[in-house]
Amino acid sequence: MIQEKRIKIDIRHLNLYFFKEKILKDINLEISSNQILGIIGPAGSGKTSFLRSLNRMNELETGSRIEGQILLDGIDIYKKELNVVTLRKRVGIVFALPVALPMSIYENVVYGVRLSGNNDKTHLDEIVEKSLSEAFLWDEVKDRLSLSGLRLSGGQQQRLCLARVLAMKPDVILLDEPCSGLDPISTTWIEDALTELKKLYTIILVTNNTMQAARVADTTAFFLMGELMEVGLTKKIFTDPVKKETNDYITGRFG
Amino acid sequence: MKILSEKGVQRLLSVTAFSAISALALIALFIFIEGLPFLFKYGIKDFLLSSEWNPEAGKFGIYPMIASSFWVMLGAMLVGAPLGIAGAIFLAEFAPKTVMHIVKPAIELLAAVPSVIYGFIGVVVLAPIIRDVFGGPGLSVLAGAIILGIMILPTIISISIDSILAVPTSFREGSLALGATTWQTIHMLTFRAAKSGIIASIILGMGRAIGETMAVIMVTGNAVKIPNSALDSARTLTANIALEMNYATGMHREALFATGVVLFIVIIFLNSIASVAIRKKVIKK
Amino acid sequence: MRIPPKYTQIGAIAILGAASVLTVAILIFIIVFVLQKGLPILSINFLFTNPSDMGRSGGILPILIGTILLPLLAIIIAAPLGIGTSVYLAEFTSESRVTRLIRFGTDCLAGVPSIIFGLFGFIFFVTILGMGWSIMSGGLSLAFMVLPTIIRTSEEAIRSVPKAYREVSFSLGATRWQTVRKVILPNALPGIVTGVILGIGRSIEETAVVIFTAGSSLLIPTSVFDSTRTMAVHFYILAREGLSMENAYGTAAALIIAVLIVNLSAYLLMHRFIAKRN
Repeated sequence: MIQEKRIKIDIRHLNLYFFKEKILKDINLEISSNQILGIIGPAGSGKTSFLRSLNRMNELETGSRIEGQILLDGIDIYKKELNVVTLRKRVGIVFALPVALPMSIYENVVYGVRLSGNNDKTHLDEIVEKSLSEAFLWDEVKDRLSLSGLRLSGGQQQRLCLARVLAMKPDVILLDEPCSGLDPISTTWIEDALTELKKLYTIILVTNNTMQAARVADTTAFFLMGELMEVGLTKKIFTDPVKKETNDYITGRFG
Repeated sequence: MKILSEKGVQRLLSVTAFSAISALALIALFIFIEGLPFLFKYGIKDFLLSSEWNPEAGKFGIYPMIASSFWVMLGAMLVGAPLGIAGAIFLAEFAPKTVMHIVKPAIELLAAVPSVIYGFIGVVVLAPIIRDVFGGPGLSVLAGAIILGIMILPTIISISIDSILAVPTSFREGSLALGATTWQTIHMLTFRAAKSGIIASIILGMGRAIGETMAVIMVTGNAVKIPNSALDSARTLTANIALEMNYATGMHREALFATGVVLFIVIIFLNSIASVAIRKKVIKK
Repeated sequence: MRIPPKYTQIGAIAILGAASVLTVAILIFIIVFVLQKGLPILSINFLFTNPSDMGRSGGILPILIGTILLPLLAIIIAAPLGIGTSVYLAEFTSESRVTRLIRFGTDCLAGVPSIIFGLFGFIFFVTILGMGWSIMSGGLSLAFMVLPTIIRTSEEAIRSVPKAYREVSFSLGATRWQTVRKVILPNALPGIVTGVILGIGRSIEETAVVIFTAGSSLLIPTSVFDSTRTMAVHFYILAREGLSMENAYGTAAALIIAVLIVNLSAYLLMHRFIAKRN
């Protein structure tokens, strides 16, 4: 059965300022549910800033200011009355550097869950197994859940970070260059996991590696100098882009 | 289970955060309340410049104590600073890393020795030596200076070592590459770069020296007179307060608090300078 | 004639090295001297008997108790306040006039000489608040004194927790307090505990403050409003009044050992903390 595609996130006239500097310029984008949106572009194009505005992580930096709207299921996430904490439970993020919290693997996964006061052991055990399985890490760590998360390899830690986010049962998963420090095998693990996960989640993946977007993303957006240059089905972007800049970037004329 | 809401916690913490500044304000308040009226009653000039300290006759000139405190502190600087800086340079620049990593913490550990014990050693070991070699009562400005100098050594050494180590290796390497010896690099380059930290350590040492009470009571002799030579007995401001507080009443007690006010101001001043210098160094890093 | 740099360097090393050796030698001498004379006196008996004849004979039991109770009270008061302050400074605010004021207050407080704490404690706790010479007055005054130490070490420890941990925690929907409670404090704990231990050490070696606020009773304290002595005070009185050189040395030895243990554990803890971090 084909999942009904609907607009999950609607970005309208988004401008992002950092003190006086304009980081994102008039971004308009509709993100459909249950698919992977790949975001590509050279360094400094605003990809990460854009990603982080989707769950209001940009607010952690002083001097950050937003204009425009970001609607999640129709509701502006920047509305004053909106609870940021709840938002972040619905929109999870995996950072570029794998950061396992200094606690056991088990505790890492349930960290976010415990925050809501959910401490029932059986329930948590279930969540741990499910999340680690979805992140393709369960088999490797199921016998050593009490081991410190810091002892895992980079690739494993990154899957742990993914599991941590999945445990929250979010609607949307944001990933900021998750494979940048990882070896090819770990990268494959993550990409395979994402391909499975898109059936249930909406996934937005910022990547430095255009090939990764080509492999994994259903839709691709190209950012350049704070502007959204072009967006469309991955196949089309990579074979027949509309803008010259898009073509130049993809063919490696600049990086 | 959220017993305390986020806002509640923030409020609670902001209250505790003001504890330090409130404590300081409270202390300043009460010392000043007890001491300032006296200064205006008696006259600041007479208080600070008169050499007559005779509580029974209502005379409260603390000049001899100011002089004593000054000389003892100066002496402590002359003992502690050269020794401390020399030690710091040696440990930071010439000694093998392992030696430095053992000796520096060892010195800091030894610094934990209580001041009363330093004072005691001064009485039992140092004073007789001074008596034998130089004459005089032994319990003297000299004894005070030496003991205090030793007491501030760890402070000076520790901070100076940190300052020297904070000088970027690129400086040293540049100098050595031009053919200078390590010693030349030090006195022409590194020392100059670390100067503000080293000076800060000396100022902090000065603050400690002026504020020290127990050790000086034990070794300086506590005679109320302006010291004419290093072998004279003397009484510092701190000793004066500590010795007479127990039985002082009325104006006498107020005079002692006024002495406290003087001390308070001087030391806060010294420590502010040192703190600014150290913070600047740290932030510059 | 200009001496070649090679030789001035050798000369410099010799002088500087001598200075270092002298410094270390002096400090070691002090400890050895006291321990040598005092260790023979230190026995279980000495530690656990009551003093008699104003301390001329007998042991130091009540003084031992006082030495434990006073720093304990000081820490019970100063630790929450100090840790709270550092958490607030590091996690709940950004640099502003207010934070600079708090830091200025802390730095100044750190520089106040002990005799002033003694004077203040005497006038405020003992006299005005009517607590008299007591463990309460002493503990409160000592708390004021060690507060800056705890604030400084705690803040350093908290700041050394990697920023990434905070980001991760926030991104999973944690509030600031939750992040502090679950990630930052557990991680900074060794550093914070080091500060607490150092505060205890300072309280143990402090004399002037204690005499002015806790008095010098030789009886075993039965309530926090009783007066008491610490080992530092007892040693001072014994030595100065010439009551018993033997017992003075014994007390001094106990005092030095206590202080060394406290500082050594703080140092080791800090070392492990830094090693783990790297």
